[in-house]
Amino acid sequence: MKGIIVMNEELRNLSLSGHVGFDSLPDQLVNKSTSQGFCFNILCVGETGIGKSTLMDTLFNTKFESDPATHNEPGVRLKARSYELQESNVRLKLTIVDTVGFGDQINKDDSYKPIVEYIDAQFEAYLQEELKIKRSLFNYHDTRIHACLYFIAPTGHSLKSLDLVTMKKLDSKVNIIPIIAKADTIAKNELHKFKSKIMSELVSNGVQIYQFPTDEETVAEINATMSVHLPFAVVGSTEEVKIGNKMAKARQYPWGVVQVENESHCDFVKLREMLIRVNMEDLREQTHARHYELYRRCKLEEMGFKDTDPDSKPFSLQETYEAKRNEFLGELQKKEEEMRQMFVMRVKEKEAELKEAEKELHEKFDLLKRTHQEEKKKVEDKKKELEDEVNNFQKKKAATQLLQSQAQQSGAQQTKKDKDKKNPWLCTE
Amino acid sequence: MDTLKESPSPCSSRHNSPRPAPCEMPATVGIEAVLDQLKIKAMKMGFEFNIMVVGQSGLGKSTMVNTLFKSKVWKSALPGPGVPTPQTLQLHSVSHVIEEKGLKLKLTVTDTPGFGDQINNDKCWEPILGYINEQYEQYLQEEILITRQRHIPDTRVHCCVYFVPPTGHCLRPLDIEFLQRLCQTVNVVPVIARADSLTIEEREAFRSRIQKDLKSHCIDVYPQKRFDEDPNDKILNSKIRERIPFAVVGADQEHVVNGRCVLGRKTNWGIIEVENMAHCEFPLLRDLLIRSHLQDLKDITHNIHYENYRVVRLNESHQLPRGPGWVNLAPVSLASTSAGQVTTSGPSKAHKRAQEEPKYEF
Repeated sequence: MKGIIVMNEELRNLSLSGHVGFDSLPDQLVNKSTSQGFCFNILCVGETGIGKSTLMDTLFNTKFESDPATHNEPGVRLKARSYELQESNVRLKLTIVDTVGFGDQINKDDSYKPIVEYIDAQFEAYLQEELKIKRSLFNYHDTRIHACLYFIAPTGHSLKSLDLVTMKKLDSKVNIIPIIAKADTIAKNELHKFKSKIMSELVSNGVQIYQFPTDEETVAEINATMSVHLPFAVVGSTEEVKIGNKMAKARQYPWGVVQVENESHCDFVKLREMLIRVNMEDLREQTHARHYELYRRCKLEEMGFKDTDPDSKPFSLQETYEAKRNEFLGELQKKEEEMRQMFVMRVKEKEAELKEAEKELHEKFDLLKRTHQEEKKKVEDKKKELEDEVNNFQKKKAATQLLQSQAQQSGAQQTKKDKDKKNPWLCTE
Repeated sequence: MDTLKESPSPCSSRHNSPRPAPCEMPATVGIEAVLDQLKIKAMKMGFEFNIMVVGQSGLGKSTMVNTLFKSKVWKSALPGPGVPTPQTLQLHSVSHVIEEKGLKLKLTVTDTPGFGDQINNDKCWEPILGYINEQYEQYLQEEILITRQRHIPDTRVHCCVYFVPPTGHCLRPLDIEFLQRLCQTVNVVPVIARADSLTIEEREAFRSRIQKDLKSHCIDVYPQKRFDEDPNDKILNSKIRERIPFAVVGADQEHVVNGRCVLGRKTNWGIIEVENMAHCEFPLLRDLLIRSHLQDLKDITHNIHYENYRVVRLNESHQLPRGPGWVNLAPVSLASTSAGQVTTSGPSKAHKRAQEEPKYEF
């Protein structure tokens, strides 16, 4: 472009001679976010009855509506439910995804598949939105899973092979936080052994669980101390028991009361700290910056590397867009053709129908005409008969009248003679 | 040299409206902590802000920038008094990192010496538009890479401050042309420069005439009315819109007034204090740009202006530049469904064909 000289001086640090005021930037940023609200999506993977719903209820201090699942599911199904929570002025759109029927089948080979498919589907939806030409990312309801709580059964021995396989499949797609469920069934000394066994198994199998970030000074310390207690042994309860002089969430047994929020009883408080109070934002960021980017890269390479030589250099997305556009236009044209053909077919059909109808109508008309003529003929015949009868009758009538009149005349003469005879005065002797 | 003076930030006094609680719960879960987490993350990453100042020479653009950020932003000698004005429009960009209370801000200021200075100023906005669009293009290229960086460097212009000369009459044709074109692409904040040459009445009259002009030409300056979502924001922004354009005076020299050290311009008839609301409206400009709407400027640039650019760009398929190792990805199978060959300029041809009226065969 003519006449543009863009001179960029070196980046240097300036010293301010007064208060400028941009230290309010984090507040501005936070104000924006609070007005939009936050999204947080948790996936709970674990066997039926291991306490997933109860733990969610306990974590968020709310009774989420749900019925306990049955053990008769034919396969693993993912059930997602969204809730809107609010705490002071922070709105949270929480989505809890449950694996229904996990671990119930006899053959569990494919148990992990629906889970992986669900996670991928959420990434796909986001990717599609991002690739759209006209998109609205800033008010997109993010459904990507930010944290996966993997519920380990409290056997006290080691991880089940189902657990290892599932976690291995999920570790590159989601932040996994393993927890030991129903931890009140394990004794303290066994718990320590169990935890170290689990962690060493995870390491030896190369399962990458979520690492609490230790690069930021404010959270490094707390994250480091908490990481030592992984996997967290939790107990969930929504019922409250009176302890001392206040009510606390606990489970009451004949031999004692397990307090959920007592750190010496279970690690629930640690889980809540790590999941919500300290690392929620980092979980969201890791999901977006690492897992989603990985998915996106793989998906785009998949789309972009079709029909090319294996040794061509990687190219950017523009070509993929062109290909997508070609595809799209081709599809449009195909659809157009199809629609056109369908239209033509429909018109022909309609025409045939109409012809049929026309023929029928003609036939009907003919039939009616014929019937009408027949009826007419009948009526005429009858009319003729009637006329004949009338004529005959008239003739007969005329004849009888004549006879009658003749008879009357002669009769009248006779009666006169008789009458005269009888009348003495008229008798001429 | 006295200590840093703190003027109250309007941001913290603005509180959110109470929202209907869908599911209230006692504050023991700790969701609130996510706000602090966000803040920590933001502080660590630092912020970026890119501002562009446009106006004829001699209107005090550089001084204004220095006053805004309270530092000598321009190190080298720019075309100032005594230096001949450049023959063509230049764009001069400097980047600095300024830090306040542990918060780092990477500030990039782009100046446009030579704007509107030529005899024939036809299309003088084109280099500026070109620069702005080029920043959008760079960001877009980064965004559509397959392996992309975690944090894409943001060089897009977040705000363009347009300096209107204090003629006292109304907007000139050059101003109107420029504002019309740039308001579609970037957030524009017009200011009345060198407002110390207008009295208060003249200033108000000038302002209302400018507002009328802006309205009659449908120029939507920042804060744009159509982007107001929050009712709180609406009220705040309406107040700001009433005062746009701000009448500002820039100064980077300090004088002593009533025992205080203030930034101001010294004249024979008095000292014009820059930060005195009775003298000029510089504090309003500073508050708008930095203290209350900085994040909003960035958001609107990212969510609206950049998205608009992206839509236009991605629709012009045949104009996309081809990178190294480009391979024609138009699959051969396309040729079988539609009549005719799909060549390398396939998209535009196919597009044209789709627009033709379909002919029906019976």
